[in-house]
This record gives sequence, C-alpha cells and structure tokens, in this order.
Amino acid sequence: MTEPKGPGAASSITTESGIPVAVVYTAEDLPGGEPALARRLGRPGEPPFTRGPYPTMYRGQLWTMRQFAGFGAPEDTNERFRFLLGQGQTALSVAFDLPTQLGYDSGHPMAAAEVGRVGVAIDTAADMCDVFAGIPLDQVSVNFTINATAPIILAAYLVAAERSGVPWRALTGTLQNDILKEFLARKAYLYPPGPSLRLVTDVVEFSSRELPRFNPISVTGYHAREAGCDAVQELALTMASAAAYCEAFLARGLDFDTFAPRLSFHFATTLDLFEEVAKLRAARRIWYRVATGRFGATAPAAARLRFFSGNSGTTLTAQQPLNNVIRSTLQCLGAVLGGAQSIHVMGYDEAYEIPTEEAVTLSLRTQQIIALESGVARTADPLAGSYYVERLTDELEARATNLMGDIDALGGAAAAIEAGIPQRWIAESAYRAEQELASGARPKVGVNVYADTGGAQEATPEAFEVDPLVGARQAERTRARVAARDPGPHASALSRLAGDARSGRNVMPALIGAARAGATVGEMADAFRDAFGEFTEPAPW
Amino acid sequence: MTASGPAERSWDSRDGRPEAGHGAGRGGGWGHAGGSGGVVPPRPAQPRILLAKPGLDGHDRGLKVIAFALRDAGAEVIYLGLRQSPAAIVAAAVAEDADLIGISVLSGAHLPLAGRILAQRAEQGAGHIPVVMGGTIPAAHADQLREMGVAAVYPAGSLLPEVVDGLLGLAAQRAAT
Repeated sequence: MTEPKGPGAASSITTESGIPVAVVYTAEDLPGGEPALARRLGRPGEPPFTRGPYPTMYRGQLWTMRQFAGFGAPEDTNERFRFLLGQGQTALSVAFDLPTQLGYDSGHPMAAAEVGRVGVAIDTAADMCDVFAGIPLDQVSVNFTINATAPIILAAYLVAAERSGVPWRALTGTLQNDILKEFLARKAYLYPPGPSLRLVTDVVEFSSRELPRFNPISVTGYHAREAGCDAVQELALTMASAAAYCEAFLARGLDFDTFAPRLSFHFATTLDLFEEVAKLRAARRIWYRVATGRFGATAPAAARLRFFSGNSGTTLTAQQPLNNVIRSTLQCLGAVLGGAQSIHVMGYDEAYEIPTEEAVTLSLRTQQIIALESGVARTADPLAGSYYVERLTDELEARATNLMGDIDALGGAAAAIEAGIPQRWIAESAYRAEQELASGARPKVGVNVYADTGGAQEATPEAFEVDPLVGARQAERTRARVAARDPGPHASALSRLAGDARSGRNVMPALIGAARAGATVGEMADAFRDAFGEFTEPAPW
Repeated sequence: MTASGPAERSWDSRDGRPEAGHGAGRGGGWGHAGGSGGVVPPRPAQPRILLAKPGLDGHDRGLKVIAFALRDAGAEVIYLGLRQSPAAIVAAAVAEDADLIGISVLSGAHLPLAGRILAQRAEQGAGHIPVVMGGTIPAAHADQLREMGVAAVYPAGSLLPEVVDGLLGLAAQRAAT
C-alpha cells in the first residue's frame, strides 16, 4: 500500500482552471490590504454583493432544496413530486422528455423511443394539470428546465394554474428559457438564433407584466461547464450571455431596473472546492459591475445576482458509484459556501440511469445534513477574508472579465456562439480532460487511482426502468384528447398564433389561447417551425 | 486534405487543426477529420469511422472526445453529429464506405435505437459494417446490446485508450476483409 502523495512542491500546481496556487497565502496577497478588500466585498446583501444577495443569508432562509425530477407520463412524475414534497423537499424542478423539449408530440415518429425517458412527456395543457394534480401552485415554487419550447410550456403551465384556480400573479418559480446555452452546449435548440432570442424576449416581456414573482429566465453556465469548459470560461460565458439577453430586452423597450431583479442564474459547482466558492462569489461581483456599469442599474435588486446550482454530473463516476455520494456532498458544500439560493444534488447512480427513489432521497438528505447538522449555514459567507479564497475570487473575476472582453470583441455572446467559437473551447478542453484522466495526470479515485476494490462496491446500482409502454399510452391519451376538442376555437387559436409568430407580436397571449383550446405542444412548435425554420448546427471543429 | 464521398467540407490535419467545419444532419454534408495530408492512403492503413448521435439526445461531449482521439490516432472520422435517424446513419456509412459505425446515446434510449440501426443495417445490405455503442448504458443492457449484434459497448466509465483501441481494432478487422 503506497502512501497517498500530496500535490508536491512543483511551482506549476494550479486550480482546475489553471490559476497558479501558492503553498501558502498571507495578507500580502490582498491588493490594497484590508480596507480595499472591504470595498471589494461589501456586507452581505449590499453592493457589490460579493458576500451574498441577502443580509442574513441562510439565517433568514435556508436555500431551496430543489431536486430535478420527471419521467414517464404526467401521473408518474406527479407521484415522484408528491414523494419528494413528503420527504421535505421545498420546491419542484421539472425535467421534460426530449420530444417535449424539441416540440414533438408523443405520437410523432421523431419521438419514438424517447417518450418519458429523460423527463416527463407533456403534449397538452391537460398533461400539465396532471403533473401538478393535488399540488398547490401558489405555495410551491416550480422550476422548468425548458428552453426551445419554453414559451409553449409556460403557456401550458399558466393554463394549468388557471384551471386550479391559482392567479398567475401568485406563481413563483423559474423558467430556464436560456436558448443561447442550447446552441453553446446543451444542444436542445430548435429554431435559428434570431427567432429564438425573440421568443426568449417575448417570455420576459410578458412575465414582467403578468408574473411579478416568477423568474422568466435562468442564465446558465452549468451546461457549458458540464460539456467541458473551466470555471473562468463558465463565468465569462454566463455573464456574456446575460449581457446579450439584456441588450435584447432593452431593444424591446423593457426597463432594466424592472426586468433585471427577476433574472436568475445557474452555475455548476464541481469538486475544486475553493475555486468553486470563489467563482460563485466572483459571479456576484461581476454581475454587479455589469448591471451598474454597462446597463446603469439603479435599483439594488437589479444588480444583485441570485443563482441555482446543480452539482456536476460529469465529476461522478460509473466505477465505485458510492464514492459519488462523497463527491456530491463536497459539491453541495461548495454551493452553500458560495451562497446559492437553491441547490440540486446529483444522484450517485446517474452514470447509469435516471436516479432511483433511494438515490434521490440520499441526495435530498445530503442537503438536509449540510443544512441542519454541519453548522455551515449559521453565518453569512463564512470564507470571507480567507487569504486564499479572496485571492482566488479576485483572480477569477479578473480572468473572466478579460475573457468577456474577448467575447465582446467577437461581437458578443450570441455572435460568438453562432460562429461556433466557444463550442470549440469546450470540446477541446473536454478532450484534454479525458486525456489527463487516461494518463493519470488528473487523479480520479476508483478510476485511475485506487481502482481495485478488492471485491467491495462492485455491484452496480439497481437501474431505474421507465415503463416501456409509456410512449404508446401517452400517445393514445393525446389522440383521445385531440379528438375530443372543439375544432372551431382550436383552429382559430392556431391561426392567430401563426399570424403573431410572423407579425412579430408577442406570442404569449396567442400561445395561452392555443393551450386553452387544447392545441398540442407539437402543433404550437410547428407554428413556429413554419414561421422561423429549424436550425442546423455549424462546425464542431 | 482528405475529401471523398459527399463531404462538403473537411479539414487539413497536417497541423492537427480544423480548416473548416461540417454541416450535420438534415440537408447538410458532414465533416471529415483525419488523414495524412494530401492523399487518402490505401485502406486498411487509414480506418474510416463514422460517428453519430441517433434520436434527440444532445449530449455530444463524449462523441466529440472520441472523434478527436480517433483523429489523433490516424483514423478518418466522418462526424454526422446530432439528431440523426437510423436510416440516415446507415445510408451515410454505406455511402462513405465506413469501416465502423460508432453511436453515442445518453438518453436511455439505447436499446430501441440500436434495434432500429441494426434493422436498417440489414435492410441496406450493410451487415458487414460493425456497429459500436457508447453512453449511459447499464451492464445488463450492454449484454443485451451485444446479443442483438452490437460489436462492442462502451458504457460510462470507459477510459479513452480502451475505446480508441477497441474501435481501431474492429475497424481494421473489417477493413482487412
């Protein structure tokens, strides 16, 4: 048995994103000393919000424990939601299947084999009612991981709320609605970038009028990070995308101080604990500077970044899957020390399948143990003043700000992504990471070090199986609902939608009308396909 | 520069850097990567490997990593990209005279998608081209896939050299026949 070695004395030791790390940090590492540091930090809840968006942070309110869930038909997901709420989860987060994300009904040939697999299948507003049956929508905040079809899904949700007697103004939650990162990393795009950005803007404009407590967009660096980029690139791409959206909203005539307080962000928290905490703290400071400096925010809430953090699935391993519980615990801790408003912890079995109920419960318990037993939530921003963490925070801010300058020089996030440039950064760094894993330069316990379990932990977790008949059942249910709807109002609602899509009018009212009239997700998505066409990806290399 | 078949764009691999990209899928051409600068050498010196993602799944990190690694190992990579139908994947493999079809699925739909690709392979008379699959594939499903006729399965957790050696070995076998 060899003794585990430390990182060593080499001068080339760096964080995961390549920031050199010294053996020890001292007060000398804080430029300008304590007074300058105090200005860079502010107090929690005060500009520049480095230490957190709220004065009392978790003393006032714990983060929202929001496990991402959804599979099968609407009733299957409804059952998982009720289970999670019964286990003490404090909000919901809906995963949609790929056909729903890409605007195909369950009976469409493109949907074959995919219905209900990575999320729940939604074909009509009636399905949305079934997903939330018995759940009080005015009391539970709901997150929707939906992008290309975000306006359609929002319309279905608003109709479901209406039918359960909940006024729209009472709804809380978040619509991901970040199409740029679909082109960048997640790849569930549908329409070309121009019309896609217009739909995002339609949602934000509509929400700023009708949904005062709802976040109509969550600007997301998480997927780029999971696809391979590093912490600096994640920060820069997120902030550059946020700026691109803000430009689009301003061009629509929206007021920054009005829409910006409802912008939400989404970051990964991976395993490089201090770098990740520093990244999350730097994110708040960068956004403060962007919001006030570039966009002239005057309302404090318009410059105050709030974020959700999903832990990193790509840090988890198929080998020795129980080790993933420890990895997820560290990542959840990082998100808490970074001041997250809501957190999702991965299931330890996600390298195999949709997490089982046992794995999901363990993820929720991880959050609860950190919240209630570890004591880390007692005080706001407990790592403030750490020479190392402050130095890293400064460094991440500086490097990300530089990279944002490079992205601006390319014409901004939308233009850079359309040209495929950050996509190449991501693919190249994913390749590098995989080579380092193979060579052992990047240690991964259970994979390239300590891979021999001596027989322990060899069994793979029990795989979660989605009912193979769910696709046929869901397609049949939708066929019956389509056959039962009143054809007159349905036809006129769809023709209004087609007209509004082409004329440039905000599509939300027409979408809500169509959802009320029983139009399917596929029909509404097709109205946009007809008006906008579909996007095909440019060069990956 | 290597270019053959319906490729619209390809890249010059002499410095290992892309020269131009590919247009994946519907209506587009596809990208070629690799080659030895100038002439396509006679097979089996340079295996031709077609990579694609069937279905709607967009997780392409793994497939791109494999594409880069195969390129660096001297293969010619035909990268079809996202949202490819089983029929289109097999048709492209036939048109390109590919030595191997590599498929990546992380959506859980690997069993039905493999079934449809294998059926297309039979229908299009391409039974000689081995099909290999990677992705989030539980061990029991990997066994099933092999029984169905998938030549090799690389589930999550497979290390890069193992995958590259396996693909090159299968492609070389096929090229030698």
